[in-house]
Amino acid sequence: MTVGNEDSPAASVRPVSSPAYRYVNALRKVLHWRETGILLAVLALFVYFRFSSPYFLTQDNLGVIGQYVAAAAIIAAGEVMVLICGELDLSVGQVYALAPFIMYFAQHAGIGLLPAVVLGLVAAALVGLINGVITVGLGIPSFVTTLGMLFFLNGFNLTISGGYPVQPQGSGMLAMVFGAQGGAIEILWAIGIAVAFQFLLMKTRWGLHTVATGGNPVGAAEVGIQTGLIKIGNFMLCSTLGGLAGVLDAFRIGSIDPLAGGTQIMFMAIASAVIGGTLLTGGSGTVIGALLGAVALGVLKDGFTILGVNAYTFDMILGVAIVVTMFMNVRLNRIREKGGKS
Amino acid sequence: MSAVASDGAVLRGENLSKSFGAVTALKDVSFRLEPGEVLALLGDNGAGKSTLMKILTGFHKPSSGELFMDSQPVSFQSVRHARQCGIEVVYQDLAVVSTLSVYRNMFLRREITRGGFLRVLHDKEMRRIAEDQLKRIGVNVPSVDVDISKLSGGQRQAVAVARAVYSDARVLLLDEPTAAMGVRESAQILDLIRRLKEEGGVSVIIVAHNYAQVFDVCDRVNLLQNGRIAFDCRTKDTSIRELTDLVVNEYREAQQQVRAS
Repeated sequence: MTVGNEDSPAASVRPVSSPAYRYVNALRKVLHWRETGILLAVLALFVYFRFSSPYFLTQDNLGVIGQYVAAAAIIAAGEVMVLICGELDLSVGQVYALAPFIMYFAQHAGIGLLPAVVLGLVAAALVGLINGVITVGLGIPSFVTTLGMLFFLNGFNLTISGGYPVQPQGSGMLAMVFGAQGGAIEILWAIGIAVAFQFLLMKTRWGLHTVATGGNPVGAAEVGIQTGLIKIGNFMLCSTLGGLAGVLDAFRIGSIDPLAGGTQIMFMAIASAVIGGTLLTGGSGTVIGALLGAVALGVLKDGFTILGVNAYTFDMILGVAIVVTMFMNVRLNRIREKGGKS
Repeated sequence: MSAVASDGAVLRGENLSKSFGAVTALKDVSFRLEPGEVLALLGDNGAGKSTLMKILTGFHKPSSGELFMDSQPVSFQSVRHARQCGIEVVYQDLAVVSTLSVYRNMFLRREITRGGFLRVLHDKEMRRIAEDQLKRIGVNVPSVDVDISKLSGGQRQAVAVARAVYSDARVLLLDEPTAAMGVRESAQILDLIRRLKEEGGVSVIIVAHNYAQVFDVCDRVNLLQNGRIAFDCRTKDTSIRELTDLVVNEYREAQQQVRAS
């Protein structure tokens, strides 16, 4: 079986049970993971900054990275779902700002913290519902729908807030769960959500139909998948996660800012998803990859800051780094596909 | 009517017509499909093949005429309804998702799930049944775990056919099953159809452009021309030659009309 396999000449001359063969085999399996490319990029970045600065691998700094990463990673999980079913959500950064305001106003109206948070998330989900219904029902490209929603919500947030930031209220156990004590808890949220959504994507019917909807829209409809509902549902999931990220950040930062998030965090989330291995064209993606993508971007930002790179230069480097990471990922995917052919 | 109705045909169309505005795509078409039979529906582009097929799949409703399944009149309200009645289609585009594995494609929309509302996929069970099913109808794939994109065109078609057969189809509609396929792959598909025929149980309609290829596997040939069935004959009573003559004659007539005008 191994004879004539040009991918691993070492394996063809050794007996099948030899440890070398097993290593080659294991390596192949790892190469098959969609997340391998971005994982290697993250490891490379960690190694590079570890040897560039003694402060990089300190507990404090890892906490800072966690702050950079968490919200973008949470939003990216939702964005991956939307991207896989062949759409795009540009408005999620504004939902990030909207949800904590809804929560704040609900609390002011006299309801408890938990129902207020739920109300904020329901408002976020409602935005996703509108995005989805307009995109699917009226056949408007989601790029346009959510671009419109982006501007609308931006104005809406400024209107309801009067343009001023407010402080989130709440203390005790519940506020702590939402991250009032600092960044560590938020990264736990991000990891938990990434794992849960990866499960949703890979192991449930919803995830399967999401992939089918993006991978072959006509075919999926022909076998009877209600692609419209799948898309609407994923818009809602994405928006809800945007709202949750906003609420968590509001508690961590201790301020609810109508101009927080916006296009900055939205593009970070989409960049995380894409460099993590999710196709912009739909049909394929990974939530864990998006989490790693967010880590890569966070490490870049943090690492360059520690090295004292000028803020102007930093954005230039970040831009190049995104493209290089993406390039590495694409190359690795090609190797992966070749390896899978045998 | 009842004398004609209890004739044992799985699917029968009577005087089916379909017009889109001023355009008449199908004129008074009658056909029948016996149990276990393989029927070829041949015709040039625009002859009405796809219109007839879309009526059978419930996508279009006929402007007039009636459909019968097992001698009972049926009127398909939707594609889903037709499928529930046991009519399965393998479309030309196959409706497979290239980024999904073979077994997940085979169970698309009919997944075996557990875990309540979460609908967690029962991969082990689906994998097992998919392997079984493919082996039973003699389809060779490297593994049911590989992505569909790694398979050849013929293998993909075979998976799509297997999926349709597995869904307890009584009538299988194959839309141009050998289009865009090499000679060897076409042979594989025709082989598969032959095996289905041997097993019985499912009746097949092959919609095709290239009649020479499908001729051998079919029991009967219907030739559609200008929205009518111009020719209905058992394959053993006709030949590729005769079919060719029919088509060439049509071509000559068309040519004369063009010249005359």
